[in-house]
Amino acid sequence: MELWIILLILLPFIIAIAQFLIRSDRVRKVLTYGSSGLIMAIALTLAALWYMKGQTALSLPADGGLLTEAIVPYIGYAMLGVEFLLMCVVIWLSVKHKRFLGALLSMAQMGLMGWLELSGKIHESAGVIYLDRLSLLMCLLIAVVGGLICIYALGYMKDYHHHHTELRDRRPFFFAMLYVFLGAMFGLVLSGSLVWIYFFWEITSIVSFLLIGYTGDEKAIGNSFRALWMNLLGGAAFAAAIAYCALTLRSVNLQVLLKRPVGTIGIMVFLLAFAALIKSAQIPFSKWLLGAMVAPTPSSALLHSATMVKAGVYLLLRLSPALGGQITGVMVQIVGGLTFFIASMIAITHSDGKRVLAWSTVSNLGLITACAGVGTAETVFAGVILLIFHAISKALLFQTVGAVEHAIGSRNIEDMHGLFRRQPGLASALIIGIAGMFLAPFGMLIAKWEALTSFLNAGGISVLLVILVAFGSATTLVYWTKWLIKLLAVPAGTRREDDRTANSQWLSLGCHMLLMLILCAAYPFFSDGFVTPMLGELGFAGAHQLLSLPDRVVMICLLIAVFAIPALARILSKKVRVEQSPLYMSGINEGDHRHYEDSYGQPKKMYLSNWYLTELFGEQKLYVPVSWATVIVIVVCFILTYGGAF
Amino acid sequence: MPKFSKSPWVMHYDGSSCNGCDIEVLASLTPLYDIERFGVVNTGDPRHADILLITGGINYHNESVVRQIFEQMPEPKVVVAVGICACSGGVFRDCYNIKGGVDTTIPVDVYVPGCAARPESIIDGLVQALDVLEKKSAASAALSEGESNAQQS
Amino acid sequence: MIYLYRTLSMLAYVLLAPLVGGFLAGLDRKLSARMQGRMGPPLLQPFYDLAKLFKKQVLAVSRYQFMMVASFLAMVIGTGALFFGGFDLLLVFFVLTTACMFFVLAATVTNSPYAELGAQRELIQMLSYEPMILLTAVGFYMANGSFRGVDVFYTDEPAIVRLPGVFLGLLFILTIKFRKSPFDLSTSHHAHQELVKGVTTEFSGVLMGMVELAHWYENVFLLGLVALFFVSSAWWSGLLAVGAVLLVWFLEVLIDNTSARVKWNHMLRSAWIVTAVCGGGNLLVLEIIRMLF
Repeated sequence: MELWIILLILLPFIIAIAQFLIRSDRVRKVLTYGSSGLIMAIALTLAALWYMKGQTALSLPADGGLLTEAIVPYIGYAMLGVEFLLMCVVIWLSVKHKRFLGALLSMAQMGLMGWLELSGKIHESAGVIYLDRLSLLMCLLIAVVGGLICIYALGYMKDYHHHHTELRDRRPFFFAMLYVFLGAMFGLVLSGSLVWIYFFWEITSIVSFLLIGYTGDEKAIGNSFRALWMNLLGGAAFAAAIAYCALTLRSVNLQVLLKRPVGTIGIMVFLLAFAALIKSAQIPFSKWLLGAMVAPTPSSALLHSATMVKAGVYLLLRLSPALGGQITGVMVQIVGGLTFFIASMIAITHSDGKRVLAWSTVSNLGLITACAGVGTAETVFAGVILLIFHAISKALLFQTVGAVEHAIGSRNIEDMHGLFRRQPGLASALIIGIAGMFLAPFGMLIAKWEALTSFLNAGGISVLLVILVAFGSATTLVYWTKWLIKLLAVPAGTRREDDRTANSQWLSLGCHMLLMLILCAAYPFFSDGFVTPMLGELGFAGAHQLLSLPDRVVMICLLIAVFAIPALARILSKKVRVEQSPLYMSGINEGDHRHYEDSYGQPKKMYLSNWYLTELFGEQKLYVPVSWATVIVIVVCFILTYGGAF
Repeated sequence: MPKFSKSPWVMHYDGSSCNGCDIEVLASLTPLYDIERFGVVNTGDPRHADILLITGGINYHNESVVRQIFEQMPEPKVVVAVGICACSGGVFRDCYNIKGGVDTTIPVDVYVPGCAARPESIIDGLVQALDVLEKKSAASAALSEGESNAQQS
Repeated sequence: MIYLYRTLSMLAYVLLAPLVGGFLAGLDRKLSARMQGRMGPPLLQPFYDLAKLFKKQVLAVSRYQFMMVASFLAMVIGTGALFFGGFDLLLVFFVLTTACMFFVLAATVTNSPYAELGAQRELIQMLSYEPMILLTAVGFYMANGSFRGVDVFYTDEPAIVRLPGVFLGLLFILTIKFRKSPFDLSTSHHAHQELVKGVTTEFSGVLMGMVELAHWYENVFLLGLVALFFVSSAWWSGLLAVGAVLLVWFLEVLIDNTSARVKWNHMLRSAWIVTAVCGGGNLLVLEIIRMLF
């Protein structure tokens, strides 16, 4: 098992180097298919081995293993070296573009970490790698979703540079960064030492900065530096947490620290939770994720689904036993709950497909964050389920929107009118993705159901969360339904258009759709068999199942019904005699159902638009006040935690 | 066998009228005459209507509108021309823009004369229209039965 | 034994709800007519209308219309059946939401400008009432300790005692769900209006018939929800519930006949304020009481 873990972390980095050196399209294709398959295979093997070897948590270095305690310090120095190099890259780019905030933050962290490491304050070499069910779950998600996204990127990036001839083709760099990202994520979820987690955490920050700036235009540079300084601010908090742990608590091992009494680790938990909130783009730090859309779609899909933002909620879920009933937990709950509600309102006002998806990511992460913040076994259960379903649905949706953009030349939802006839395949993928995000009985809704129930059981301030979730569910429903409306509204005489989507893209989309349906059907089994024991490992006692057996049976019936009823109705409708008739336009329909005769006797084009309620839910109107509110919550919480510790 | 005559939903279209008849049509919905007693619903949508009630004559501008509304109504359907203008063009019949009564454009089943037509006569006309509706539905049922028989044999 | 009752109750809903719903619709028209000083149509008029609609020719503008309307009807029946079967209330409401989404889609697949207008307003209506619907389920959970509808029969006192605010909030949004004035924004029975027939503009014949039928099913389900507030283990609570349902229903007819339609933003604002103040306030008070004692 040890070998496979090390392989899983190291292999993506090796592939990245190879990707960077390869210039030929054909070789890249072979390498990407092969390496993505290999990464998935390794992750699955690891899971299989873990299953056969007693399903227990594993901590490395262990006796007689490849990774010995003697090597660990040297790896630490190597990591420091890499961090130094990354700092140099950041400083160089900052000077080049004359934006210095990121560079300052980077130097401060580097100074702190360098001092800690070189002065020997950190000398712990036990348990640097830690594998339990949560890590394993994350590994599988990253391997499968991330691997598929890399395959999708093959066809997408080729077409992308075909369209954007003004951009320099930096595909070797792009693919290398994708694999570095995957490697960093594997490292992050498999590390037990805070220093190691921090190392991989910083890599994801800087790689996402580089990916966002891929196109190199003014907007991309601006957005990438915003992402940089926000994430490095989180990184600085992380470094401070490590310093605090090393100097005061005398340990930097997360597993060891989390077993200590909750009162003694309050400051560490606060600092780490703060870093995690930034990483998972909670208000007031959502803007970096919104800005990340300027990058090519595969990188957005990667950032929004299984990686990057999930690193934040992953850390929060790990911390959740120490969040329950604590001031920091209250902060995380309030920030998460508000983000869920406000982001979903803002999503209503947007018509840009990627923007809607981005706000919905922020919103759903808010819900997961809130679940972690409440910190009871039930809420964490709901959070984990949300995380799984969200990763897959969101990856599917982002990739499909990218494919639609190439097919119809726009990613505006208004332009997707009648897409179900124009691009049946892509529209079906979108419909399944959207249904997965909000319809009964798909995963996200089940998870929301669990979240509601568990908030109620937690009681106390969580009742406020319940009210926020009730409102947030309504707003979520509206923006997804509006999208469905556009996809399914097929005007008479609409023709099928050419599908330019490459096979590699279809492979990824198809796998995601299949995965989601399988997960929905298999949900009752893996939630009991896998997620419930996970809670025990995380440090919760006595988890019990939330949904009763009859409810689960009904749920599976519903899942079938949601597909069967429309299909049956479709067959039935062939029996009913239906006459085509001109659309009623309260006057003269010109015959094509798109023009009517106006009062001058001239044909006039009809245009049907969704409502966006901008004057009620506008981004400008909502975002700033809520940002201030959350900043105040965070500051107050910091003062209380800091004051309480001394 | 459901009776179409028990649920006549009426769509009211105002052609080239002086509005006199329109006021009377609305008057027949008031408590004094209460046409809803017969199950009449005044609807604004041709898709839901069984009876197309037209006041005023046809001019060259609304001709195509009337034709399209009639086309948008599902079978069985009945047309009632209310007021003398709808029946024949009335005092406007020689105007340069008037084509004539409703029957110049679509087939009319019931003519309700008067200037303006009284609510009593409008109700009377509608009740007569119910008979026509019933006959038409019987005819179309026989027709479709005949069709299905022909298909079977 | 309880499973037998639950199954019977589901069956009874599926078979009898159209009768009850249609009868109530007839009574509504009769009552409205009397309030306006008219005779009104026969009591069985809605049944005549439905029979006619099922016999009429279908004029469709889109081939997806039938599929969406049939799905809407099936989902609404499912909602009510799950409710009267005593299942988890959240589950019931989630299915209801899915049903309503099909209703919206049935309108928009036609590409009709009036149906589209109605559908967008219907979405705003959903946005307005959805939070209160969810909070109602939450309220039952806090009052009875269970989301399951069937568990109200094991409580000592009716839920209304603990949930007066939630009940008021529900009453407010019921006017939206019943499509009654002042909140009949997306479709209504009146002629001479700016949105023709809104959502139902392009439904003819059996399509319209199915929509009517679905609304009857839905109304019975909603009145059942009202009854749920009054039912407890005591035998007389059943009588109380029937009385309350009739009173609520009369109130809705009265409001319908005495108010004019409001603008959508007014509806949204007022519904959310009522939900937050009555529903949210009630839940917070319950939680505070629970924490204190």
